[in-house]
Amino acid sequence: MTEFFFYAFALITLAGAILTVTLRNAVHCAISLIASLAGVAGLYLLQQAEFLFAVQIVLYIGGIMVLFLFVIMLVNLDSAAHERQYHRSWWAGLLSVLGTGLLLLYFLRKGSDSLKLAVPGTTGVPTGTGGNTQQLADLLFSEYLLPFEAASLLLLVAIVGSVIMAKKRV
Amino acid sequence: MNFLDLIWLIPLFPLAGAIIMAFLGRRLPNKIVSLICPGMVLLSFVVSLGAVIQLAGLPEKNHEVVLFTWLPLLNADMGYLLDPLSSVMILVVTGVGFLIHVYSIGYMGHEGGYYRFFGYLNLFVFFMLTLVLANNYALLFVGWEGVGLCSYLLIGFYFHKKSAGDAGKKAFIVNRVGDAGFVLGMFYLFMLTGSLRFNTVNEVLHSGKYAVEASFGVLSLTALLMFIGATGKSAQVPLYVWLPDAMEGPTPVSALIHAATMVTAGVYMVARSNALYQLTPETSMIVAGVGAFTAILAASIALVQNDIKRVLAYSTVSQLGFMFMAAGVGAYWVAIFHLYTHAFFKALLFLGSGSVIHAMGGEQDMRKMGGLKDKIPTTFRTMFIGSLAIAGIPGLAGFFSKDEILWQAWSSPIGSKLVWAVGITTATMTAFYMWRLMFMTFYGEGRMDEHTKHHIHESPAVMTVPLMVLALGSIVGGWVGFPKAIVEGGFFQAFERWLAPVFESKHAIEEGAAHHDASIEYMLMGLSIAVALVGIAIARYIYLKLKEEQRPTGGPLYKVLLNKWYVDELYDFLFISGFTLGGGGLMAKFDENVVDGGVNGTAWSTRMASRITMLWDTYVVDGLVNLTAFFVKALSFPMRFLQSGFTQSYVLVFVLGVAAVFGFYWWGR
Amino acid sequence: MTPITTAHYLVLGAALLLIGTVGVLTRRNVVVILMSIELILNGVNVNLIALSHHLQQLHGQVFAIFVITVAVAEAAVGLGILIALFRNKETVLVDEIDLLKW
Repeated sequence: MTEFFFYAFALITLAGAILTVTLRNAVHCAISLIASLAGVAGLYLLQQAEFLFAVQIVLYIGGIMVLFLFVIMLVNLDSAAHERQYHRSWWAGLLSVLGTGLLLLYFLRKGSDSLKLAVPGTTGVPTGTGGNTQQLADLLFSEYLLPFEAASLLLLVAIVGSVIMAKKRV
Repeated sequence: MNFLDLIWLIPLFPLAGAIIMAFLGRRLPNKIVSLICPGMVLLSFVVSLGAVIQLAGLPEKNHEVVLFTWLPLLNADMGYLLDPLSSVMILVVTGVGFLIHVYSIGYMGHEGGYYRFFGYLNLFVFFMLTLVLANNYALLFVGWEGVGLCSYLLIGFYFHKKSAGDAGKKAFIVNRVGDAGFVLGMFYLFMLTGSLRFNTVNEVLHSGKYAVEASFGVLSLTALLMFIGATGKSAQVPLYVWLPDAMEGPTPVSALIHAATMVTAGVYMVARSNALYQLTPETSMIVAGVGAFTAILAASIALVQNDIKRVLAYSTVSQLGFMFMAAGVGAYWVAIFHLYTHAFFKALLFLGSGSVIHAMGGEQDMRKMGGLKDKIPTTFRTMFIGSLAIAGIPGLAGFFSKDEILWQAWSSPIGSKLVWAVGITTATMTAFYMWRLMFMTFYGEGRMDEHTKHHIHESPAVMTVPLMVLALGSIVGGWVGFPKAIVEGGFFQAFERWLAPVFESKHAIEEGAAHHDASIEYMLMGLSIAVALVGIAIARYIYLKLKEEQRPTGGPLYKVLLNKWYVDELYDFLFISGFTLGGGGLMAKFDENVVDGGVNGTAWSTRMASRITMLWDTYVVDGLVNLTAFFVKALSFPMRFLQSGFTQSYVLVFVLGVAAVFGFYWWGR
Repeated sequence: MTPITTAHYLVLGAALLLIGTVGVLTRRNVVVILMSIELILNGVNVNLIALSHHLQQLHGQVFAIFVITVAVAEAAVGLGILIALFRNKETVLVDEIDLLKW
């Protein structure tokens, strides 16, 4: 069962990703991205990261993608849709990424033996009381308190920045 | 008092006088100056007389007083030698000098620079005494140069007159030419004998170390060089040209320096060096020849001169020629004898002419004189005696000395008949021009203007008394030199005997003269008297008897003689113009090409150097700098394109970087 | 079938990353480029979660939370810039925005 779900979600993710980078219309790209993100959320669930599954759906898809769609509306992309979509030297990018990819793959294969230790689906559940969320919260507010606060500060800055950037007149 | 040991004082008295004049003279009144300066010379005369008398009492008539060693290397001391020769000289210098000083009190009484004149005169007497009293050639040379200096100072006494200054310069420069020869001669003499002291030199020369030179050798050269010095000082050919011009100075100066003393220094020097000249018959012949030639040349010019002092000047040159004639034929005592008598009558004639000029209110041209014999009788009478003496009338001093010269020229073993012939011709001319002077000046009608005629007056006693003393000397002075043919014995040959020790020789000159034939001597004597009388007679005829219009005017030879044979012009062309123009031209060329060329050359090389530096700077230095910049540009050129401003290319570079890192690890797997 | 190991997840994460990179490098549309950046971030998250699960720890997940936070902030600001840019240049094509060109 696990394999089936994995391959399903993986297929959705990859298909969505490829469509995102290839479609002409920006709205179509956004929809593809939503699909891809949904697939990633499913993968999270398979990895027993329930909280992140929820966060991914709510935040990423519900927040960021909606934002993207809004901006696409604001920025009139109809004219852009008729333009050439790719650079003249798109092959340079493709080639370099392929090279990198090949190398990555090679490394993965080389080190894949060490990744056979834990088979997902078995115990894998971390010790400790509570569900995933609780344990995550425990960790977040104890050990990672400082990064947490820093992250909140970052969000504040982002809010202020985006408001200023988007204003008509500063 | 031992005057002999005090002979060093003799030159010092006039030196003291000169120093007093130098420092205090300006503030002293003329009367005091008149007392001091002649007084100093008188003191010298007194000491000289005392010393000479004491010298006569010595067995060996040679007394040396050495004050201190001066130049040890040259064997020259500050020393004085009193022997018969120097004794004659000091008596002449101080005696005649004193008389001239007295005369100058009157003559220069109204002139400016009275003290200066006497100071110079005293200085001159000092140097002259140093010259004749010195015991070595070096000190003699000091006196030699000193009298030359004083001569310049005194000739140029009227310094505001350009002609006087020029004459002074001419005298000094011409003297210098001669002095160069003298110094060379002195060096040779030192080389040959190892000493400059007279006694030592004479010893060496008499010792037989050197034989009589048959032809012209080193000794002859030495003697000739020294004689060249004598020609400069004693105004012989070719260096006589300064003496006539020297008449620019005051008349007492002409009397003292250019008649009695300085010009005789050359004769004295030759006489002092007689040992040398005895060994060199070739040079002696040259001496006699030059003397003879000068005598006749000068006499010829004197025949036609119109300035009274010029006549006397050329006469002096001529008489000096006689003295050298005597010295050249070996009759040294005769030369000194003539020097001594000439001092009397030439000084007398000069002073007398000064008196005439004084009476004429400064006029010197004889053509404007005449009829003065009654107006200035004392002057006339004394000059009369002097003119007789110089003409060679028997009984007077000049006759004895001149006649002896002519006789020696004829009879001496190294004499020459030609020299005698020239001598006797000159004697005729001497008589003529002297009496021409007398007749033109004193006789006949006065040719001066009325204003001058009124002012003619006899000179004061202070001027006429010296004239009288000198006239007396002109008469009796020669009586110590009677020819043996007339009267023999004792007093009459005193002069010759007195000087004999100085002029002793190993040769047969004197002995040869002793074997003379008396009859020839009488004949020659008579001949010289005759020519003197003839000369006087002709002069009397032309200038007394003939009217001015009737006198012969002369023709082309007259013009030549009047212009002194154009010798001055010749010298001017040869030496002055030649040197200045030629030398000047040469100097200009040198300056243009060498000096300016050098300067331009340095300028050119500086420009060249700066050009090279500029090129170096432009190409090498700037080139290096530009090259650096070029490298930077060349290297940065491809780098530029990395900054495309295009974000995605930056990202591409990211990715490539990542790939590179992976590749690195893959490479090292 | 072979059992799904962690390696599969890592491969997937790598694939997402590479596809996202291609999108950044190739597309001219700025919005699409921003979306491609989101893809990259998601690929990273997949990696983190997979390895967190593999090591039986939660640190990876915490880190993934922070990644998402940053992604959010970056998307907001990026889109804000895009709007400002669009207002000035009237274009959303990235190669027309070349004022910083040499």
